[in-house]
Amino acid sequence: MSAGSHYTPYHPRWYRRRVSVWWWLQSRSYTGFVLRELTSVFVAFFALILLGEVRALGQGPDAYARFLARLRSPLFVTLDALSLAFLLFHSITWFNLAPTAMVVRVRGKRVPGLVIAGANYAAWIVLSAAVAAIVLRG
Amino acid sequence: MARPITPLLWLLFSVGGTVAALLFPVHLFLNGLALPLGWLPAPGYASLRALVEHPLARLYLFVLISLPLFHWAHRFRYTLYDGLQLKHLTALIAVLCYGAALVGSALAAYTLWSIS
Repeated sequence: MSAGSHYTPYHPRWYRRRVSVWWWLQSRSYTGFVLRELTSVFVAFFALILLGEVRALGQGPDAYARFLARLRSPLFVTLDALSLAFLLFHSITWFNLAPTAMVVRVRGKRVPGLVIAGANYAAWIVLSAAVAAIVLRG
Repeated sequence: MARPITPLLWLLFSVGGTVAALLFPVHLFLNGLALPLGWLPAPGYASLRALVEHPLARLYLFVLISLPLFHWAHRFRYTLYDGLQLKHLTALIAVLCYGAALVGSALAAYTLWSIS
């Protein structure tokens, strides 16, 4: 475009239909998509709780007792229960998408998606059991 | 937006999402619900503190806090763009999201480092 060219005030406007902020409620798959996107909020929330727990453990027994008392409050119990539901949704959708995101080949043959997803679920179970064993032993 | 940093941010999103998917449900169940509410016999302060003081546990906790924060930053950024149609605020939202993840990671590193 030459330096002298410019838009006139009469150029046709683009046709853009206004889309409601609630567009994702129109279909189940859109709603699932947005709920999956929203899991990240609960991921961040729980990361901050972990940070708070580490901080309290570093500060001493009193701080840790206060931290536990706060987690027992109805607000935190509600938020944690809601977060657990969203985190499980994140895990399941993440593992189910893994075969799409990750193409694994063994001796030139593509490993079937079910095997990749299955490996993810197996790792989930093993790691969860290991974490529970270590934390509960203290 | 093809920038040299894009693959790194996507990698952090992906690794952080995997860490959160594999480890967050069990930690939320234990640390957030079962132990505070007394559903399971809770280890006392002294033993948990001794556990956290182990260098490997500190490294584990840093990874467990930091990477999922970057996962959040990446995904939440697009949630704001698509869900709330804020495409015109792209740069501001990106700075706020990744900035928050950086601050959270720095806090985690400092907190874990200063436990003595």
